This record gives sequence, C-alpha cells and structure tokens, in this order.
Amino acid sequence: MIDTVDNAKGTPDQDQPYRELGLKDDEYARIREILGRRPTDAELAMYSVMWSEHCSYKSSKVHWKHWSANTTPEMKAKMLAGIGENAGVVDIGDGWAVTFKLESHNHPSYVEPYQGAATGVGGIVRDIMAMGARPLAVMDPLRFGAPDHPDTRRVLSGIVSGVGGYGNCLGLPNIGGEVVFDPSYQGNPLVNALCVGAMRAEDLHLAHASGTGNKVILFGARTGLDGIGGVSVLASETFSGDEGGTGRKKLPAVQVGDPFTEKVLIECCLELFAEGIVVGIQDLGGAGLSCATSELASAGDGGMHVELDRVPLRATGMTPAEILSSESQERMCAVVRPSDVDAFMRVCAKWDVIATEIGEVTEGDRLVITWHGETVVDVPPRTVAHEGPMYERPIERPADQDSLQAAGPESLARPSTPDDLRAEILRMAASPNLASRQWVTEQYDRYVRGGTVLAQPSDSGMIRVDEETGRGVALATDCNGRFVRLDPYVGTQLALAEAYRNVAVTGATPLAVTNCLNFGSPEDPAVMWQFEQAVRGLAEGCKELGIPVTGGNVSFYNQTGSTAILPTPVVGVLGVIDDVRRRIPTGIGAEAGETLLLLGETRDEFGGSEWAHEVHGHLGGLPPRVDLAREKLLGEILVAGSRDGMISAAHDLSDGGLAQTLVETCLIGEVGARVFLDPDQDPFVQLFSESAGRVLVAVPRSEELRFTEMCTARGLPWRRTGVVDPESGTLEIQGVGELPLPELREAWEGTLPALFG
Amino acid sequence: MARVVVDVMPKPEILDPQGQAVARALPRLGFDGVSDVRQGKHFELEVDDSVDDETLAKIAEGFLSNPVVEDFVVRRVAS
Amino acid sequence: MRIGAVTFPGTLDDSDTLRAIKASGADAVALWHGDADLKQVDAVVLPGGFSYGDYLRAGAIARFAPVMGEIVDAARKGMPVLGICNGFQVLCEAGLLPGALLRNAGLHFVCRDQWLKVENNTSAWTTRYDTGAEIIVPIKNMDGRYTADKSTVDELEGEGRVVFRYTGGNPNGSLGDIAGVSDATGRIVGLMPHPEHAIDALTGPSDDGLGMFLSVLDSVVAA
Repeated sequence: MIDTVDNAKGTPDQDQPYRELGLKDDEYARIREILGRRPTDAELAMYSVMWSEHCSYKSSKVHWKHWSANTTPEMKAKMLAGIGENAGVVDIGDGWAVTFKLESHNHPSYVEPYQGAATGVGGIVRDIMAMGARPLAVMDPLRFGAPDHPDTRRVLSGIVSGVGGYGNCLGLPNIGGEVVFDPSYQGNPLVNALCVGAMRAEDLHLAHASGTGNKVILFGARTGLDGIGGVSVLASETFSGDEGGTGRKKLPAVQVGDPFTEKVLIECCLELFAEGIVVGIQDLGGAGLSCATSELASAGDGGMHVELDRVPLRATGMTPAEILSSESQERMCAVVRPSDVDAFMRVCAKWDVIATEIGEVTEGDRLVITWHGETVVDVPPRTVAHEGPMYERPIERPADQDSLQAAGPESLARPSTPDDLRAEILRMAASPNLASRQWVTEQYDRYVRGGTVLAQPSDSGMIRVDEETGRGVALATDCNGRFVRLDPYVGTQLALAEAYRNVAVTGATPLAVTNCLNFGSPEDPAVMWQFEQAVRGLAEGCKELGIPVTGGNVSFYNQTGSTAILPTPVVGVLGVIDDVRRRIPTGIGAEAGETLLLLGETRDEFGGSEWAHEVHGHLGGLPPRVDLAREKLLGEILVAGSRDGMISAAHDLSDGGLAQTLVETCLIGEVGARVFLDPDQDPFVQLFSESAGRVLVAVPRSEELRFTEMCTARGLPWRRTGVVDPESGTLEIQGVGELPLPELREAWEGTLPALFG
Repeated sequence: MARVVVDVMPKPEILDPQGQAVARALPRLGFDGVSDVRQGKHFELEVDDSVDDETLAKIAEGFLSNPVVEDFVVRRVAS
Repeated sequence: MRIGAVTFPGTLDDSDTLRAIKASGADAVALWHGDADLKQVDAVVLPGGFSYGDYLRAGAIARFAPVMGEIVDAARKGMPVLGICNGFQVLCEAGLLPGALLRNAGLHFVCRDQWLKVENNTSAWTTRYDTGAEIIVPIKNMDGRYTADKSTVDELEGEGRVVFRYTGGNPNGSLGDIAGVSDATGRIVGLMPHPEHAIDALTGPSDDGLGMFLSVLDSVVAA
C-alpha cells in the first residue's frame, strides 16, 4: 500500500525506519515539527536523502562564513554566479562566461571503480549543462593507495577506464588532472571530477522554477532502481545501504552510466538553450528527483505540483519513495512556458530523448507530489533543499600535531657525492608519484572538439573558447595532502599557490577558484580542526590573491576505521588568456640558444616533500613557507613575459623540486640542457627542495636582458641556471654529471606501465 | 575434460545501455514486436574433471562477473 | 566545392571535421543521419565518435541510418567518401570497405600522436602527399585493430589499397600495421587516425592532416 499524506495523518504513531535512512532522532523530530504530522514514506525518503551529509553539507556549512568574509567587492565583480548555484560562473571578457566545478565521487568509485568514476564524470558534466553552458573539457584529480598494494591495480585500472570510457564516448577532451599515491587512500581512493563549460554571458540559466502555470519536464533516461539509498551511503561511514523503507531486497548502491545518452542529452540541451525555450533547468544527480524538484521549487517564486506516476520507469513496481530517491543517470529537469512545450518536445524527439511533462509551477509555496491522484508529498520545499540541519562539530587540534611537526626531516640521510645525487635524480624521476602519467592520460581523448591547446603533461590544461579571437581558459588542480597534514592552513594555501602558479606558467591570468575538500569523519574533532584550518587558509589565501572562490564540494567520511586519509583539499584555479596562441609551452627547445632562468628562492625545505616520502617514508616537520604576494608577483611577471614574447617555455617547481622540473622540461621538449648550480648552496637542497614560488623559464638569448631587468626591477629573485643544448641529448648538471635523455626517459616513463600495464 | 558455459548478464535492476541501444534500433530496421533486449557475455571454458562446481562458481563470481552489477549462470555441457 | 560531414547520434568529431573542411577552402555542409539527403555535396566525410554508443559493435547500427543509403548509392557512382575512425568502422560494416576493426590489442583506449606512412598517393584523399611521406596525426580509439582474412589482405596489398600504414610503433595490433585502406576505385578511403585533428600546430601535433581535405578538392575537380 502506498503511504499517502492522508494515511500519515491517520496513523501518527506508525514506526518509521528513519535511523536506517541515516536520520538522527532530533532530525526526525524536526521533520514532524515542520509537517505537523509524521512524514509519508516518500517524504521521509526525500528528507533523509536531502539532509544527508552529502546533500546538506550539514557539518561544513557553518564554516562557509569564511568564504563570504574573505570575498571583496572587487572579487565579487567577476562572478556572475557563485556558491549555491550548480556551478560558479565567471566573466572572462568579450561577452563570454565560463563555468567550472569540481566534485567528488569517492565512495562509489571504491565499491565499483569503473562505474563510480564514469558516473562521476557524467554528474559534473550535467552540473555544467544546468548552468546553460556547453561543456568544454574535463579533468580528473585522482588519489590511490600504495602503488604496490594488490588492490590498487583493481581500483586504478577501473577508475582510469571509467573516466576514459565515459569521457571519451561523451566527446569531451580530458585536459589534465592528477594521479597521486599514498597508503592513506588505500580503502578510500579519491575520484574528483572537474568540468569547465562556456556560454555567452546573456545565456546564463539558473535553476529556477518561476511563473505559475509553467510546465515541469523531465527528460533524458528512464528512471530505474539505480543507487537507491546511494546518496546516504556516499556520506555515511558504512556501505550498508538501506532499503528505501519499502521492504525491497537490498539493492546495490551503484549507478551505471550511459555516456551515449549523455552525449545526446548535451546536444539536445544546447539546442533547447539556443531556441530560448528553457525558463529554468536542473540536473538530476545525487538524490535524483528529490533534489531536483525541491531545489527548483525553492529557488522559484511559487510552489510546484508533480505527478510522479508520469515519470517514465525502467523497472516495474517502483514506489514513490524509490522514484524520488533513484539516482538513475543522464536525466535533466526543465521548467518551460506552456506555449513552448511543443517546441521543447520537438527538439527532444529530434535527438531521440524521452521527455515527459511531469508537473507544473503552482501558486503558493508548497511542493506537492501526487501518485495516481493521491498526495504522497506535501512539503515546504525550502525545508527539504536548504533548511536542513546544521552542526557546529567539535574542533580540536590533533594530539599528535606537535610531535608530528617536531619530527622534521633534518636528520634524514642526504646524498652528497655526485654519483649519489645522480642516482637520486633517476630514482625520484621513476618514483610512482613523479613518473610520467602518460600510461593514464593516453587512455583519455584530449583532442576532441578541436580546442585543446595544452593538456597533460603541461602544468595546466588550456582550452580555446572563442575560435575567432583565440580567447581561452587555463585550468589546474593541485593538492599535496602531506603538506596539509603537517599544517592544514599553510598546506591548503600551498595547494592554492601551486594551482595558481600552474595557471600563470602557461601565460594565463588566474581568475577564480573552485575546490573539492576531501577529509575524514567530521565527527572526529581532529578532522574538523583540519577542515576548519583548510577552509580558512583557502578563503584568506584567495583574498590575498584577489581571486574568488566560486563554488566547491565537500566529501567527508574518507576513512578506514578510525584512520582518516591525508586531508586533501584539492584546489582548482581557472585563468583566462586573451589569445591562446601566446600560451607558454612546458618543453624547452623551441628556439635555439635558450637560457634557463630559475625564478624565486630555494630554501632548505623538505617537510612533507616527495624526497622525504619516497626515499625515507618520512612525514614530519613543517611544510615549505608560503608567500602569496610573491606568487602573485611571479604570476604577473609570467603573464607579462608571455605577452611580450619573452618566454619560450616555462615549468613550475613543485613535487621533486628542481631536479624533477629539469627532467620533465628536457624530456617533454626532447632536448638536452647544461645546468650550473649555485656554488654557494648545497647541491642536494638546490635539486630536491620543494620551496614554493619557483618557476624555471626558458628565454631566447635575445630577450634575456630585458626579462631579467624586469624581474630585478620588480623585486623577483632570479638566477641564470643553465642553457638549452639541442645537440647533446643529455641533461648535464655541473657537479653531478650527465644524464642522457634515453636513460631519463626509461626511468620516467617505465614506472606506471610496469605497475599497471 | 568438460565444457562449461558461463553466461553473465547485467542484473535486472541495473541499466543496460548496450541492450537498450539494440532494442531502440530494431524498430528502425523494421523489426517490430521486440519489447526489450539485454546484452550479456557468454564464456566457454574447457576444464578438466578435477575442477568442481564450487571452484567454477568462484571463477564465475569472482572473476568472470562483477557481482556488484552482474548475475551469472554456470552450466556444464556435453563435451 | 561542397563537402559534407555526417552527424549520427553519438558522433563526436563532426564539428572538427567541418572545421577542417573549411580550412581546406571548401564549403562545409552538415549532414544529418536521419535525412536521406546529401544536400548536393561533392564528397562526404563520416567523422569519428561512438555512433549509437557503439554498443552492439562499432559502426554496426549507424550503417542503417537513412543518410547511409544515399551515401552508398553516391559512392557506387564515384563520389569520394572518407571514413575517419568510427566512420571507417561504419564503412566496413556497410561493406564499402573490406575488413573489420577489433578492440585494440592492449585493450585500452589509446590517444597519442601517431606517425603514419602514406603508402599510396593516388587515392582521392591522398594526392597532395608524396608516396612514402611520413605524417604525424592523432589517433584515439578503443576499436582500431584492423583485420581481414588473408586473401583480402593479400588483395589490398597487391593492389596498393593499403593507403596508410603505422610507422614508429603499431598502436593497436593492426594486421600488417594497416592504418587505412581504400576501395578498388581509390575514391572511398577509411582510416583510424584523425586528420581533422592535425590542421594546425596549435590544437594538434601538426597540420599534416589538412592534405587529405585538400586532395579531395583536386579529385573532384578532376572527375
């Protein structure tokens, strides 16, 4: 029997499985208070899924004050839409608006790596479409357990195939991302997915259900039993799932993606946007129709009535609660004027997309859902979508933080002889975290749509937005979780600094920030301390750099037992470049006789470094110093140098230090170089320190004086550190020795195929 | 030696885009009356007599199929 | 000169193909799978992608699209047709080209810049190249391993109908390093690599692919 509102009124004392659905006693009591009665099964399903950690951000919301407190009017001026919308939107000039967002799909990707990763890509792409934009490219920052752990192969192969399988079939270039290994991610791989899209600024569509009488149309795939209870699983500490309160057998919390349907849905949506017949649009992601109907209704100016029995189904016997919670993929929901419904249906028919009118915008402020004429949901939509519980979780600096910071890397044995240094360079180049990502990125289409200007292994991905003018955007994501573990405030600012630098190093001007904050359990005060420090570090860092945070995502409960992952606030920075033809490539050797200049200062900084991790398995001390004013200056100089044609190649220094940057810049450019270290500083420190704020640039000899004078005048330290040597085929480092490129290439490129090929 | 057939099918509740694509194409090709298509995998294993049913089930469940999204059936057929 | 590019549901490189056609100086004409209408084009390109999701077999459903009937008829009368990647698979499924494309030997999708050797510069799509020229063009596919029975391969090799061959490494295990073949007339060509993604050095590894679109202009003028 279907549990209707009338039935609920008549049976106030009926037991309800709210705890199994993840609701706490006081949360359930609040629902009863809001409704003035017990919720129906369908309402309970809606509230439980929408009030889950994943959908309601109930543990993190209280810290969002840091974003608003650190966004100045100048920063806001660039934003056309910000936090609270499906994705942030920024003005990149010439009438173009760009939208981008990062989202996590961590837990599903551990349960079923291929589909978890695939649907992660699908979900973020629909978020971008829901802003009215054409998706342009995707990127995937990934984190895995120990490279030699037996389960890592299963997880990595599945996730990489899933990202590729979905994205390639969808026709979006994959232009970058990260692959990072650390044992802390063993039972909790991180799959973060980023999508960037563009539109003319006037075409921005927001998720609003406005205008009484307007029709609500569900279009895309049919609704099945996919991932019912999945959203609760996403953010709960167990994988037990739940039964939707209906007694159906336990269903897998797995959704299967259909990239072909998504591709057709993209083209269909773009045609609908172009015809101007969409008043409001919302994607169906986690929490499916529960989320889409309540968010659309609460963002509009009226109520909404939905006839749930009209929803096209893929499975038989689905209950209203199941239909509302289904996470079937590749579905969108639009609000359309009655006079445009026919035109809307014609476009959908052209693309073979199933479209069904399921309801309309009503007067008043209630979301009413009926099932064959009987009311099964009657709620104030804001209480479902936005007025969920909010917790101020206890915060406490971890007990081991002091001892961790005290156990610095100073005592670790360092190589000192030329032979030892040479061997260390090769060992580091071949280490799983520094080795070439080609085995992974070769499984992703980076060419489709013809706008990719830079992709892996460049520091940023770069996409041309306007074919006429060449205006484009650059994107980078970064996070060193070890730095964040050692000092979450500084570590998060270092992630921001690196992403900012990676954008600037291509000649683009950093413009806006998104993030995906991956942490352990919010019920652990030590984790909440890391989280609070990270949010504050990021917010205050963005203020110093003058670029706004436009959106983000939080993923909690990334832990196995009581052991949390390294805190991993992945930071994405978007930059704009007025003409992609002046991009700065990563590889040296484009012009004969280039000089290599090292910009920035190198200090003895090894806390959290790749060298300490790889060679000594050590994590302790303090992360490198962060100087955001310096990062900003560095960025300005790189952009100015690119504009004036003074830089022929540039590569930032980060994991693995100068040695790794030299290895990569030579191998990518396929030329050798001669490098002179500073006789007044320890060669080991110069080669492997991970001091922030540094970039290696190659400048044509004719521009060297002009460029270095600019650096000096603006107070940016620089050092002439070598020359490109097109003839030698060798990276020669004075005082260390010669490293022939074939030997370097074998070390750098052999690791991932040997592990996973 | 015996021949063992393992058929692996997507679970009924799991979306099967492959089957759906075929089902949608059939009417366009003039074949009416096919209401649903599901696409799976068919394995034929040549096994010697020492391999018992329990082992075959393990092979099917742990390797040939993905129990999260697929069901399987193991059959011994005449060799 | 009008050159068409067909969009099936799931076609991905249609806009790139139209861009490449424009870059060659021809009029680029978008053709729709559901319309049995070639809009008076002089040549047709079937672009890459995953038509209908490629769920049955790559290209297996697309060959039945209404536009394909027109293309098959026009091709039999000598209209030049180029199938790129999924388009090559469609031409094989439709019987316009011999052989089939199987899953890559490495079982992974492979996206890389690939060196190709132009083995025959007399086809409608290769006259702008020198025979033996080496060009670099992106390849990106899951099902790119060319195969055919021995007598077919012998015939292709004997008649010079292997138009492109992989060089500097075979990315997918193709028989005889075959990257592209033609029909007996040399007017229908299919290849797995993507010339439309090599029309400038900004967004591709080279502009080596442009030659195919320029070649067909000559061949249509000559015909």
